[in-house]
Amino acid sequence: MPQPGLGIGGLMVEVQDRTRESFQRLATAELPALYWLARRLVRDGAEDLVQEALLRGYRSYATLRQDAAAGPWLKSILVNVFRDQLRRQARAVEELPVDQVEDFSLYQTLVEQDPLPYSDTLHHDYLRAFAREDVREVLLRLPEIYRAALVLRYMDGFATKEVARLLEVPLGTVLARLHRGRKRFERELWVYAQETGLLLKGTVQ
Amino acid sequence: MTVKPGPIPCSEAVRQLWDYLDQAVSPEDQEKVEQHLSFCRTCCGELEFAKQLRGFLASQGADELPPHVQARLERFLADL
Repeated sequence: MPQPGLGIGGLMVEVQDRTRESFQRLATAELPALYWLARRLVRDGAEDLVQEALLRGYRSYATLRQDAAAGPWLKSILVNVFRDQLRRQARAVEELPVDQVEDFSLYQTLVEQDPLPYSDTLHHDYLRAFAREDVREVLLRLPEIYRAALVLRYMDGFATKEVARLLEVPLGTVLARLHRGRKRFERELWVYAQETGLLLKGTVQ
Repeated sequence: MTVKPGPIPCSEAVRQLWDYLDQAVSPEDQEKVEQHLSFCRTCCGELEFAKQLRGFLASQGADELPPHVQARLERFLADL
């Protein structure tokens, strides 16, 4: 309750405080989701990415209609920050790689190479050998445009249309990026395990 | 006169598998993929693996925050 004699200025401060508290509460609940999304999008500076997103979120908190939608809303702000960073780096990102990626099949490669000869569930066990940090390393080997599409669609569960909106590209572009991204991801899952000796570490017997 | 399309090759079926799992293909393409899967054991394996890989990716979501990160971000929020 406003104190008697607080005046309009004091009332405003109190309203602002309440807004700030409610933003802090809802943002605190989303911190793990935001942080892990940021960690998959960038190699370094995940915490800075989250902080910038929180700051922008706080400034535009009034535009959030329902607090229940805070999770996707904050994530979309974080993706905006990420996109702005990419733009600033102004690196030419290949949109259509010309290589053999399209032909690579991890499923077939595993059948042919049989890297876990004692496994009855080869494909399942192969994936299980990858710890969370290994998966992140594999993702970070992909160009950002593929990585971002894969992460948003398959890890953070955004619909393909939503991914297109978040990345500000046409739906067809997202579908192409997802397709190429999946193939590259499959290939890197294979190459990474070869290079790091992942399967020899005893995580899978 | 319309030409009845023949069965699609593996490369085409594999290209569509994830969209097929997403139910994001047209009814015609869905039929083509299913027709292909009805006789191609390799692509059935590809389909199973695509499902596993999707589940694997989905399971990589958020984890707990490392304590130092949690402390830093909560401090940042408190200072807003």
